[in-house]
Amino acid sequence: MPISRRAVLTATAGLAIARTARAAPPEPAVLTPDLIDAAKKEGKIAWYTADDLVLATRVSKGFETKYGMSVQLERSGAERIYQRIAQEYGSNISEVDVATTSDLGHTVSWNASGWLASFVPSEAAHWAEKAIGPNGIYIVDKFTMVMSGYNSRLVKAEDAPKSWEDLLDPKWKGKLVKAHPGYSGAITNETYALSHLLGWEFYEKLAKQGVLQVQSATDPPMRCAQGERAVMADAAEVTALRLIAEGAPLVLVYPTEGVPVVGVGSVLMQKSQRPNAARLFMHYLASSECQKINMENGSRSFDTTLAEPASWTPLAKIKLLFNDPVDLAREAEEIKKHYSKIFGV
Amino acid sequence: MPSGETTDEEPPVRHGPARPGQLMQHRAATGGPDEPGHDELGTDGAMSPSLTETTRVRPGRFDLSLVPLGFAGLFLAFLVLLPLGWLLAFSLTDESGALSLANFAELGDPSLFLEPFVATLGIALGVATMACIVAVPLAWLVARTDVPGRRTLRALVMVSFITPPFIGAVAWVLLAAPNSGLLNQYYRWIAGAGPFDHLFNIFSAGGIIFVMGSCAFPYVFVLTANTLDRMPYDLEEASAILGGGRWHTFRRVTLPMVLPALLAGFLIAFLQAMTQFGTPAILALPAGFHVLTTKIWSLFQYPPQTHLAAACAMPLLLVTILLLRGEKFLLGRRGYTMIGGKTGAPQLTRLGFWRWPALLAALFVLFVTVLLPNMVLIRASMLRTVSDPWNLSTITWSNVPLVFSLSHTVDTLWNTLITGVTAATLGAAFSVLIAYLTARRAVPGHRFLGFLATAPAAIPGIVLGVALFIAYTRPPFQLYGTLWILLLAFLTIEMPPAYQQMQAAFRGLNPELEDASRILGAGRLKSLVSVVAPLLKSSVAATWCFVFIGSIRELSATILLTTSNTKLVSVLIYDLNEGGQLGGIAVLGLVLMAVTAVVVIAANRLANVGGMVPGR
Repeated sequence: MPISRRAVLTATAGLAIARTARAAPPEPAVLTPDLIDAAKKEGKIAWYTADDLVLATRVSKGFETKYGMSVQLERSGAERIYQRIAQEYGSNISEVDVATTSDLGHTVSWNASGWLASFVPSEAAHWAEKAIGPNGIYIVDKFTMVMSGYNSRLVKAEDAPKSWEDLLDPKWKGKLVKAHPGYSGAITNETYALSHLLGWEFYEKLAKQGVLQVQSATDPPMRCAQGERAVMADAAEVTALRLIAEGAPLVLVYPTEGVPVVGVGSVLMQKSQRPNAARLFMHYLASSECQKINMENGSRSFDTTLAEPASWTPLAKIKLLFNDPVDLAREAEEIKKHYSKIFGV
Repeated sequence: MPSGETTDEEPPVRHGPARPGQLMQHRAATGGPDEPGHDELGTDGAMSPSLTETTRVRPGRFDLSLVPLGFAGLFLAFLVLLPLGWLLAFSLTDESGALSLANFAELGDPSLFLEPFVATLGIALGVATMACIVAVPLAWLVARTDVPGRRTLRALVMVSFITPPFIGAVAWVLLAAPNSGLLNQYYRWIAGAGPFDHLFNIFSAGGIIFVMGSCAFPYVFVLTANTLDRMPYDLEEASAILGGGRWHTFRRVTLPMVLPALLAGFLIAFLQAMTQFGTPAILALPAGFHVLTTKIWSLFQYPPQTHLAAACAMPLLLVTILLLRGEKFLLGRRGYTMIGGKTGAPQLTRLGFWRWPALLAALFVLFVTVLLPNMVLIRASMLRTVSDPWNLSTITWSNVPLVFSLSHTVDTLWNTLITGVTAATLGAAFSVLIAYLTARRAVPGHRFLGFLATAPAAIPGIVLGVALFIAYTRPPFQLYGTLWILLLAFLTIEMPPAYQQMQAAFRGLNPELEDASRILGAGRLKSLVSVVAPLLKSSVAATWCFVFIGSIRELSATILLTTSNTKLVSVLIYDLNEGGQLGGIAVLGLVLMAVTAVVVIAANRLANVGGMVPGR
C-alpha cells in the first residue's frame, strides 16, 4: 500500500504542486542535540499558520510537550496571514518565525522580497522530491483538497450533487454555504483552478444561488454539520474529514470535473528572532510524529510511512487539479477582485 | 500669560433663557455634600453673569490651573487632529502622494460607495429608532414609576451593556440563523414546518438592525434614566398644581427636560450603528452585502487601498457633523440646569394594576435582549456542534482547551484588561476636564475643544486604525506593536461618548456651587476637584465604565493595530468567527464578559464607598 501511494504521489501531487521546483534544494539539515539546546534557550516560537485551528493547536501541543517550549500560535486565513506579515514587516516588526500558508503563491512573493531562508529538514528528505520548494524555500508539509459535500440528515444520497455544475441546480437555492478567496488560501486555489476550468460563468451562476458567504474554508463543514446549510459549495477536506471522524453527519463529494489540490507550505523566515527554535520547529513539522497528528486530523501527507485511514477516498480515485505557485502569485489579486465583484462581498 | 487677558475678550455668556432651569435657580443650593462652608453662601444662586462662565480673574494674577487645562486641550488636539489630518491628506492624494481628486471620483461606483452608504444609513436609522423605542419606556418605568423590581431591571440592562456587539451578533447567529438557529428549530418543531422553513433570518438587514439595536439600547437607557433620576419632581408638581393634566405635564415639563438626553442617546445609537464593524462583518458579509465600514475594511485587505478608503470615510465625517449640528439646532440655546444642590426625590407615578403588565413587558424585553443571548452562549460553550441538542452525549469541554491553547489567550485577556483600565482612567479624567472647559466656557476656543472631542465619533474605528497605523509606525512615535497605540485608539474612539456624558452632567449642574467655592478663594482646579467631582461622582464612575466597556467592545481599529504580541480578546474572537469556531467564541465571550462585569462592579463600589474619582 505505501508503495502504491508513493507512486501516486510522486507521479501526481508532488510533481505538480511544485512544478517550478527546478533549482536543487540545499543539503537536508539534520536535527542535532546542539540545535535542541540552542532552541530551548530561545524558549518559544511564533507560528503564523493557515492550518485548520484544531489541527494547529494539536501540533503546537505536540511540539510543546516534546521540547518543553511554547508555541505562540497565530491562526488565520492564508490571505490574512499574508497581509499581516506584510504589515508587520513594513513596520520593522519581525515576530513571525515560521509561517504556514495554503496559498503557495505567497512563497513566490516572500522569496522575491528576500524574506525566506532555505531550509530542508532531513525528515522531509525522503518525501516526493518536488514537495520541496525551489532552493528549499518551503516544504509542503501537508496537503488537502477543496471539494463539495452535504449534510446526510438533510440531503438524500441520490439527490446529492455529483459535480460542480450540479450546484447550480435551482433546488439548492438558499441551501449552499461557501468560503471566500479573500480570506482562505485554499479557496484562492479553488477559484483559480475552477475559473480556468469552468469559466467565471460558473461563479456568476453560483452567486445567484444565494450562498451563505463565510470566510474560512474550514467553516463550511462546520456550518453544514450544524445543519445551517444542506450543501457545501466548497470546503477544506482536512476539516471535513476531522469532523466526520468525530461523528458529524457529513458526506464528501469529489466533483467529477476535478478537485483543486491545496499544497500547504511552511517557510522559515530569514529575519526570525529565534532562528534555532524556528529550525527545530521546521524539523518537528516534517517529523513522522507531527505528520501522524496531521493525518489524525484530516490532512493528507507526503510521509510515505503513514497509511491513510481506509474511510478516506484514495487520491487515485479523484481527478486532481494542480496550480503552479507562480501562476497563483501572478493572478491571485485579480481573482479576488473578480470574485468580490460577482458575489458582492 | 494671565488668563484674564484673553478671556476678557469674550463677552459674558449666559446659559440662555433656561426656562425650566430658571425655576431651579431659586432653589436653595445647600452646598456640596462634603463642603460645609457652602451652606452660608448657596441661598441665592441667581447671580448673573456667573463667575465660572466669564472667567473674570483679578488682573495680574496668573491662574495656575490653566496649565493642566491647557495641556489637556493640546493633548486632545493632538489625539484628534493627527488622525484626521492623515485621513484628509490620504483622501486627497494618490498612491504616489500626488494631489488628486481621483479617490472621490471613484466613489461614483455604486457598489463601492453608494450601495454600502445607503445600507449604512438605513441600518443606523433603524438601530437608533429601535434603541429609543425600547430604552425610553423602560427608563421611565424604572426611574419614575412604582413598577416592582426596579433595581433588578436596571441591573439586567447593565448586563446587556457589557455584552460586546460582536459577541451579541454571534449569539444571535446561534439563535436565529435560518436553519440551525435554535429559535427556528423550535419554530419548526412547534409548527410542524418543513426542514428549511424559518421564522427568523439573522443574516439580513432586519436581523442586523435587531442585533445592533439590542446592543445599543442600554446607552439610550442610561442617559434617559439618569436624567429622569436627577429631574426634581417639584417642576411636575408645580405643573399639576397649576392645573396641568398628566399628558400636559409630560409634554410641557417632563419631555423638554428629558429631550437632551434622549437626543444624545439617539445620536449615540445612530453613530455607533454607523461606525460599527463587528456586527455587520458577522451578519452582513454572509448575506452578501457591505455596509460602509466593512467596505472600507475590505479596501485594506491585500493590497491595501488606503487612499480610497480615506475618501470613503469623508462622507461619514460629514454626516456626523450634520447630525451634531442638527442636535444643537433642535435643542436651541435652551439650558437645562437641574442640580442646584440638594433636591427632593422624584415622586413615583403609581401604575396601580398596570404595574404587573408593565413588569412583564419589561422582563420580556430584557429576556430577549439580555438573557436569551447569554443563555445560548452558555449552551454553545459546552457543545462540539453548536446546533446539537443538549444531552450527555453531546456535551463536551473541548472548547475550553481549544480556546486557551491559542496565542496565549491568558496574555490576550491581560492585554485587554490593562488597556481597558488605563483607557478608562485617562478617558474619564480627560472628559471631565474637557466637559468642564466647554460647559463653563473656561478657556478661549472652548467650542473648538467640544468639536474636537466629538469629532472622532465620525471616524469609523477602522479608518482611525489605519490613520494611527500610519502615524505611529514611524519616528518619533514608533508605537505599532505596543499597547500604547491601542490605548491612543481607545482614548480617541471613546472620547465622544465620554465627553457627551460628562457634558450632559455638567449641563445639569448649576455653576453656583463652583462660584461659591471660587469666591471663597479656591482656584479653578481646586473647585473642580473638591466641589464638582464629588457632585458628579456617579457620572464620573459611569463615564469610566463607558470607556472601559467601550474599549472591550472595540474591534474595528483594534483589528488593524494589534500584532501577535499585543492581541486583544476582541480580535481573537473575530479570528475565531472567521474560522467558524462558534463554540470557542462562546467560551471566550463568557470569560470576557465575566471579567468585564467584575471590573465594572468594582469600579462602582469604589465610586460609591470611597468617593474615588478615577484619574485623580
